[in-house]
Parts: sequence; C-alpha cells; structure tokens
Amino acid sequence: MAMTTRQRARLSKIIQIVIFVGVIVAVVLQVDWKILGDNFFAFDKLGPIFPELITVGLKNTLYYTVISFAFGLALGLLLALMKMASFAPYRWFATGFIEFFRGVPAILVLIAFGYGVPTAFPGTSWPQPVVVMVSLGLVSAAYIAETLRAGLQAVPKGQIEAARSLGMPAWRAMVTIVIPQAFKIVLPPMTNEIILLTKDSSLAFILGASMAQYEMTKIGRDGITSLGAGITPLIVAGAFYLVITIPLSLIARKFESRSARTKR
Amino acid sequence: MSDNNTPTTFKASGVDIRGLHKSYGDNEVLKGIDLEVKPGEVVCLIGPSGSGKSTLLRCVNLLEKPNAGVIHVGGFDATDLDVNLDKMRQKVGMVFQQFNLFPHLTVLQNCTIAQTKVLKRPAAQAQETARKNLTRVGLGDFGDRYPDQLSGGQQQRVAIARALSMDPTLMLFDEPTSALDPETVGEVLAIMRSLAKGGMTMLVVTHEMSFAKEVADRVIFMDGGVVVEQGPAKEVIGNPQQPRTQDFLKRVLDPTHVEIAE
Repeated sequence: MAMTTRQRARLSKIIQIVIFVGVIVAVVLQVDWKILGDNFFAFDKLGPIFPELITVGLKNTLYYTVISFAFGLALGLLLALMKMASFAPYRWFATGFIEFFRGVPAILVLIAFGYGVPTAFPGTSWPQPVVVMVSLGLVSAAYIAETLRAGLQAVPKGQIEAARSLGMPAWRAMVTIVIPQAFKIVLPPMTNEIILLTKDSSLAFILGASMAQYEMTKIGRDGITSLGAGITPLIVAGAFYLVITIPLSLIARKFESRSARTKR
Repeated sequence: MSDNNTPTTFKASGVDIRGLHKSYGDNEVLKGIDLEVKPGEVVCLIGPSGSGKSTLLRCVNLLEKPNAGVIHVGGFDATDLDVNLDKMRQKVGMVFQQFNLFPHLTVLQNCTIAQTKVLKRPAAQAQETARKNLTRVGLGDFGDRYPDQLSGGQQQRVAIARALSMDPTLMLFDEPTSALDPETVGEVLAIMRSLAKGGMTMLVVTHEMSFAKEVADRVIFMDGGVVVEQGPAKEVIGNPQQPRTQDFLKRVLDPTHVEIAE
C-alpha cells in the first residue's frame, strides 16, 4: 500500500507516542507503590528535619555555592588572562593549574585540603566552610578559566583592532569592548558552572562538621538514619536543589533573550 | 545626503614611510616601501590582493609591527619603541573593511566611547561631537539604533563618524567598500569624497578605480610587496607605464574581457 511522505511521517509519530506511553504505563503498573511510598515519600515523618533543612541546610548550600563561585570567578578570570598572556611561564602555570584541578575529582581536593592542611602545617586548621569554599573555588576556577578564555577569544579580533585604533590601551579595550561582549557568550556555560557548584557543595558531607555547618545533603543523609522514613529526607533535599537551580536557569534565559537583540 | 553644505576643514598631518619591511615568518609581505603622504593629500593604494597594500596601511598605525623601517605620522615616530602608540592612534582614524562597530553599544555610544574613555571629554561634549559627525554622514537620527539594525553601508558610515569623532588629522581606509552590497557602495564613497574636499589627509586602500581616479591626488600601485608605479591619479589609472600596472588595470576595469593564458 502506497503512502505519501506526509502520511508516513504522521504514522511514525503515532508509533513513537504509542511506544512512549506504553513504556510509562508498564513501569507504573510494575512498581510496588506501597513500599515505594514508605521509603521515598513518607513526608509525614519528616517533621524533625524542619526547619533545619531550610534554615541551616539551604542557607549553607547557598552560602558555600556563592562564595565558591565568587572565588572561582576571580581566580578563573586571572587564569584565563594568564593562559592568553604572551609571557610563557604564565601560560605554563595556568595550563598546569587548569589541567590538574579539572582532572581530579572535587572530592579528592576537599579531602586533600580538609586533612592535608592540618597535617602539612601542624597547629593550623581551617574551619570546615573555608575548606569547602577554597576547594570548590579552586576546582571551579579551572572550569571557569577555560569558559572565559573561550568567551574572550570568541570576540572577533577586529573588535580589539577597532578599539586600539581609537587610541584605547589594551586593558581599556579589554574592559570596555571585549569583556562585555564575552559576558554574553559565556552566560550559558557560566549558568552551568553555578549549577554544578550548587550540587558539588553537597560533597562537604565528607568533612566532619558541626550542625551549624551542615548543608542540605548532609541533613538529608542524617535524616535517613534517624527518621525511619527511608530516603524520603534525601528526596526532599533534592527538591530543594531544584528550588535553587531552576530559577537560576530561568533568570539566565531571561538575560540571554534580552541581550540576544544586541548580539553579533 | 552626505553633503551638508557646511564647508569643513580638518587639521591635517602627513605620513612619511622609509624602507618599510614586514614579514610573517619566511613570507616577506613588504619589501622596502617608501611612501609619503603630504598633509591634506588623498592617496589611494591599489593593487592585486596579496600585494601588501592592506598590510602597509595597517603598519601606519602599528596594528602590524614592521620588521624594519621608519614611519612618521604627524609628529610621531611610530617605530620608536618608546613612542606612546595610544596617543598617536588618537590622531589617526581607521576604517575597516568589516566595519568593526561595537555591537553591544548604540550608534551614538560607538561614537562617544573613545572620546569619553580615551580623550576624557565630558559626556555632553562627546555626544555633541558624535551627533555632529553622525549628521555629517547622514545618520543624525540613528543614534539610538544598534549596529545590527543598520545596513552595511550605514554601518560603514557610522564607522567613519566614529573615527571622525576623535578629531583625527589622518584617516586610513582599508577597503572600506569591499564588504558592501553594490547599491550601498556609493553612499560610503560620497562621504569619503566630501572628507577629501574638506582637506582631510587620507590614505585609502581600494578597488574602486573610478573613485581613485576622481578623488585621489596620487595613486600608488603595489604588487608583490613593492611600489611598482605611482603618480597623479589620472596618469597611473589612465595611462599606466608599467606592464604589471597595465595588466592589473585591464583586469579590474574590463573584467568581462580578460583572457586566460593557455
């Protein structure tokens, strides 16, 4: 039986939808909702982790993320400029730093600073939040540096030439002409970086800490053992990560569409 | 459009280039160029692509660093290692083939940014200067637009206004109409013609032979990194002496009758 191209496309779409719905129905029918509910959605037993999950956990998650990002951004910009520098040792240093901190797991960096600093310098010990922010800051700086470098280099060379030909010194051309244009280019990957950092702040759990320094994942993990609600506390903690990251994406998208008009 | 009938005169400075050499690796692009542009003079650089004319132009304000030779622009020795290049470039306007307007700034801001950040002019004075020059190029009402809202010809006219807003004593044009749609070439050439009439010193790399013939005081034909022939515009273009110049002009002026050598 002959079908037109349009009919065939329509049939193919219908088949895809049927398969998709079928898979979902099959999964839903197979799930043991009673056990799942007791272990994942026992919200009635969560009383004890509130309000600390928000007043302490959410607050600390945000705090670690924001400070780490600020540190990472400043260091990342410095590294990006070093990587583009004409003085070779700067480039070597930046390359080494970036490859190292981008290549090792963040959790190792946390452990290294958490246990390494007091060992290397007996008598000194950083407060846990400082260890978290320095470690995550160093790791994110490596990623941010590469993002920024790509963004700065994506600005056409003619822009710098035009700025210099108007008598702008190199730093002025960078600040007034290149960086504002690079900002628009790096906004999407930068949003990614903040979201990754938000989640990486959960790694702080491996460093023992006092209650006041707990972030959301740590509070959720402790809730698993103490509340008898299965992993429901972690599910709720996960939901609060989305409370941070989704608005962040929305803001970034808004920014993007607003600056899209003046791009190119 | 461009002729706003107010006669404008410019302060002018000349260019003096001696023994200019420029290489990229083993590739010698400029092989000893001597070139003089007197204050108020309009000089057109013509020649096949790859002849080094754009490189020569970009050496004048040191966007390209020469390997040897001396370049005097205005009162500056541009090749002196201690010269303040930024100070010198303030006096040398440059117009690029690809316009290179700042896309994140409005047309007006494109024309004020260097005035306020480099010359430290107060904002009001900078805007007044910018508006005057935008009017001069026929775009007085376009100050609030962004570059990507303009046609190529309009963008290039803004680029000229941007350069003029610094009150340069010399203007460099690097193939200013090569990236334009044919119907917008004329508006840019008209602005340049009026600048020339106003006494601006101009060094223009161009393929517009009729413009060169009409506006230029002198035409310089370059090929293979050397000056092959130079002289009054009408003579070089109308009655070229060197075979290479003759061949080039024949190809440019009558492209439908070029014969391919077997």
